[in-house]
Amino acid sequence: MIEVKELTKTYGQRTAIDRVTFSVKKGEILGFLGPNGAGKSTTMKILSGFLPSTTGEASINGYDVRKNVVEVKASIGYLPENPPVYGSMPVQDYLEFAARLHLVPKHKVKAAVADAMAKCNISDVKNRLIGNLSKGYRQRVGLAQAIAHNPPVLILDEPTVGLDPKQIMEIRTLIQSLGGDHTVILSTHILPEVQATCSRVVVIDKGRVVAADTLAGIQKRMQTNLRLVLTLRKDPGFLLPKLKNINGITAATIGDKNAAGEHTLTVECAQGSDLRSDVAELCVSQNLGLLGLAQESLSLEDAFVKLITTEETAAERH
Amino acid sequence: MNSTLLIARKDLRSYFTSPIAYIIVAIFLLLVGWMFVNLFSFFVQSNSQYASLNMGSKPTLSENVLRPLFGNMNVILLFIAPFITMRLLAEERKDHTVELLLTAPLKPISIVMGKFLAGFGLLLVIVGATLVYPLILQFIGKPDWGVIFGCYLGMIFICATYVAIGLFWSSRTENQVVAAVLTFGTLLFFWLISWAAHRAGPVWSDVLNHLSLIGHFSNFAQGIVDTTDVVYYLSFTGFALFATNLSVEAS
Repeated sequence: MIEVKELTKTYGQRTAIDRVTFSVKKGEILGFLGPNGAGKSTTMKILSGFLPSTTGEASINGYDVRKNVVEVKASIGYLPENPPVYGSMPVQDYLEFAARLHLVPKHKVKAAVADAMAKCNISDVKNRLIGNLSKGYRQRVGLAQAIAHNPPVLILDEPTVGLDPKQIMEIRTLIQSLGGDHTVILSTHILPEVQATCSRVVVIDKGRVVAADTLAGIQKRMQTNLRLVLTLRKDPGFLLPKLKNINGITAATIGDKNAAGEHTLTVECAQGSDLRSDVAELCVSQNLGLLGLAQESLSLEDAFVKLITTEETAAERH
Repeated sequence: MNSTLLIARKDLRSYFTSPIAYIIVAIFLLLVGWMFVNLFSFFVQSNSQYASLNMGSKPTLSENVLRPLFGNMNVILLFIAPFITMRLLAEERKDHTVELLLTAPLKPISIVMGKFLAGFGLLLVIVGATLVYPLILQFIGKPDWGVIFGCYLGMIFICATYVAIGLFWSSRTENQVVAAVLTFGTLLFFWLISWAAHRAGPVWSDVLNHLSLIGHFSNFAQGIVDTTDVVYYLSFTGFALFATNLSVEAS
């Protein structure tokens, strides 16, 4: 549905995105994840036909974004970073204008707009001037604008910015429900958003794609280690060589004493090996006073930070 | 075509949902009314002088009221047209709403023409409101409707040219004041361009005279429709719209 190949955009000396490549299948919800300034918005602007790319190709629904601009624009709904709303227009008038611009036939406009307003929960403000609405409402008016003409592809640039937690939940549910019928690309720098809504993730940093995988895949790829954190009454210093002899343990470190005077020991195990009982037995046999044992798997947040930091160190080596 | 009208209607409406249109219409009509009253009372005075003293040529409504009135109207338009056109594209850019237009399935020319029609429409409404003065003359005298028709036709062409130039500058910046100042400067320059004609050589003086925005109005003001003048205004308008289209496509 969406194919992006080697997409590059430079502004003079500055490279905003560098050979970005990914694809989205029909009905998928793709999370476009990256810190601020990573190039998310630039990529989305190019996909929407608003910005021309410097080099590289992108196609939506089989149409090239440079050659078949009008067809591409007809098949997308786009919510830019700043919702493109007219402050001096009432919500309903604005949505009708936007829907008609997107070629919704005149006799279907009212129904399409009413539907979009219901989905985005803004029917109660339909006669108010957009300029008088709060940021959250304006954001949802922008979202309603993107979905009103029922486009096959939705490009949403940070759709939940400025919403309160309840509205965020609603919009995420809405986006999830849009998947299947619609192909959605959604950008964000908030991880839980991706976890809550997306089936696949593209992580982008400093203009480059650093990972593209399913949610589970990314988590799995990062889980080279399973981490065990033990709380012990006695100093486990002498245990370290022994631990390192156990097959499957890649590292063991002793942490600082906590306020209660307890020692912590962090043991990292290779992927796929469950050494909880081995480690526990060893500690008990050595009379270390085992107070607790917890297993931590790296969260997506860790994975995200890790991806970006490894990318950084890799770049420094060049 | 459809989206052109859609955009034109949206922009025309937005003029009237803000105080801008009302203020501009009010000020324009006030100034033109003031001029009409003075020109007309002066005409009445010189007419009675002519009747009692039998001196000079007989003043006429066309020569002493209509022509100077339209000349003055042109000057006022020169000042107010930039205020009407400055927002057309600059505001959309500043508010990021231009992204809605530029990601909708339409060609940039539809946006340009829609915007042009909105500004042009508002100017026509303003100029159309002045029809009340020829109608007043009709009640008290015998104005030459050929001259009136010529003047209004000329005004339509001049308004189109002003709006097209203003729209071009509005497409070049997101700052409305900058757009207005550049528009005013451009209009005034082309208004005064013939001032240099007497010092230029024979060929250049023709060229400069021909480029003058106001020079082409004088035929219309006598009720004469010359294709040269029509072509001048239309090509000026067309060129400015073409340049605007390039500018919108490039953004």
